[in-house]
Amino acid sequence: MDIDQLYHDIIMDHYRQPRGRGLREPYDVQVRHVNPTCGDEVDLRVRIVDGKVADISYEGMGCSISQASTSVAHELLTGRTVTEALSTVERFHEMVGSRGQIEPDESVLEDAVAFAGVAKYPARVKCALLGWMAFKDAVVQAQELVGGKDE
Amino acid sequence: MTTATTAPPLDVERIRADFPILGREVNGRRLVYLDSGNTSQKPRQVIDAVREHFERHNANVARSVHTLGTEATAAYEGARAKVARFINAPSAEEVVFTKNASEAINLVAYAMLAASVDRGSAVDPRFRLGPGDEIVITEMEHHSNIVPWQLLCERTGATLRWFGLTDEGRLDESNLDDLVNPRTKLVSMVLVSNILGTANDVTRIAARVREVGALLMIDGSQAVPHRPVDVQALDADFLAFTGHKMLGPTGIGVLWGRGDLLAAMPPFLGGGSMIETVTMERSTFAPPPARFEAGTPPIAEAVGLGVAVDYLTAVGMESIAAYEKELAGYALARLHEVPGLRIIGPDTTEGRGATISFDLAGVHPHDVGQILDAEGVQVRVGHHCARPTCVRFGVPATTRVSLYLYNTTEEIDALVAALEKVRGVFG
Repeated sequence: MDIDQLYHDIIMDHYRQPRGRGLREPYDVQVRHVNPTCGDEVDLRVRIVDGKVADISYEGMGCSISQASTSVAHELLTGRTVTEALSTVERFHEMVGSRGQIEPDESVLEDAVAFAGVAKYPARVKCALLGWMAFKDAVVQAQELVGGKDE
Repeated sequence: MTTATTAPPLDVERIRADFPILGREVNGRRLVYLDSGNTSQKPRQVIDAVREHFERHNANVARSVHTLGTEATAAYEGARAKVARFINAPSAEEVVFTKNASEAINLVAYAMLAASVDRGSAVDPRFRLGPGDEIVITEMEHHSNIVPWQLLCERTGATLRWFGLTDEGRLDESNLDDLVNPRTKLVSMVLVSNILGTANDVTRIAARVREVGALLMIDGSQAVPHRPVDVQALDADFLAFTGHKMLGPTGIGVLWGRGDLLAAMPPFLGGGSMIETVTMERSTFAPPPARFEAGTPPIAEAVGLGVAVDYLTAVGMESIAAYEKELAGYALARLHEVPGLRIIGPDTTEGRGATISFDLAGVHPHDVGQILDAEGVQVRVGHHCARPTCVRFGVPATTRVSLYLYNTTEEIDALVAALEKVRGVFG
């Protein structure tokens, strides 16, 4: 297995120049997710407006895979409806967890297909998922918040 | 340890020939195994002994009158005697087999918990904890020597305190007399740090522990495999270590405890083999070590550990320590040549083992480890179950190289060459 498949140009680009990094106001929910085996951490905020992901802002420390994948999540998921965004998270999860068995749909995942190589490194799957799982958690909490307000 | 310079030199090529795994490839490269602090590789002698036990002598121990049972019991108890001699324990009865070092430490912590909740007057006050009492650890402990004491303190109302570290990765003993005081019930500390490689001199702390009448527990997981450890010279009360880091199988660990203390300790796990008499209402317990070995123990694993001890003894612990010191010196010198590399821990061969952690500027350890793996070099990356130590040195994680008797300077060269590849990808 060629290590270059893991350290894809897109990943290295996002790692060196993360998009949307930094915690911003306003936001609905902030979560912290950690990878206890290696100490990677991400603090992530989401802002939902009219059923759409208005902003994803984050700070974190960790390896290139975890940092780049959070940057890609910001770029890919911001502006989408909550339903679309959560469905994209599921596709991403399937791809990196597939051990390379699933051919990723580039029309949905766009730059995130660069993480397909991670699927062949089981020890790194959690790194790739860190920011995405934080986003999912934050969105679910934000929806509960909205649901609570309606009642 | 002081006679290390006079120990006969170690024949590393002959040793390597005993370790079948060292002949394999990883990712198309020759395996370079630099992760023995995590778990060591096993010599053919240990592998054969475990197989032979199952092929020829397998039976349960301490309860069979038949021939196989007698053989298995003799092998299991023989391993106990070997381990006792290896650490210069006054008696084999002071060696309790556990499943690993974590269980050995937990055994003492849970015995103290049991003593603390027991209202009976028969309980030895040395093990009884309550509000106002103190347990002392250090900032360079593995989580397995932190969490059991946190739990014990939370459950008894006792206070957990700890020694800090200097910027050089040494134990800061400047407040020894304050930290270890008449309220202290137990000090538990590591002999060689699994993350910094620091080798602690426990002399002053042991003396202070005696002065205040506390107990001293030593985590020897990273020391016993690598250097001569003599429990009588240490003046410790308990020593925990694990078999798999010293050429033995997984699933077998050791708690050594002073005979009078083990005899006074309440049991940890209840079950078969640890009892004297059982009625439906209550039980009385066997003397140590059986009191602390409930259920069928890891028999083949103990036999394997006994053979590992034979192997280490034949090579000579003084020779191993001297060889590892040479390797550590070579590794430190070569690592200094890598631009942007910072050693986390003592940057000298004095007072350290052959475990070296470092930070490579701008590259996360996870990425370092991944690219090293592509070159066949196996290192550990992360916080090494010593997160507070990482926090102390301001890093989320480190890359750790841990060397053993079968490693060579050529392997350190391969590491340094692979680190250049890391800098190439992330440069």
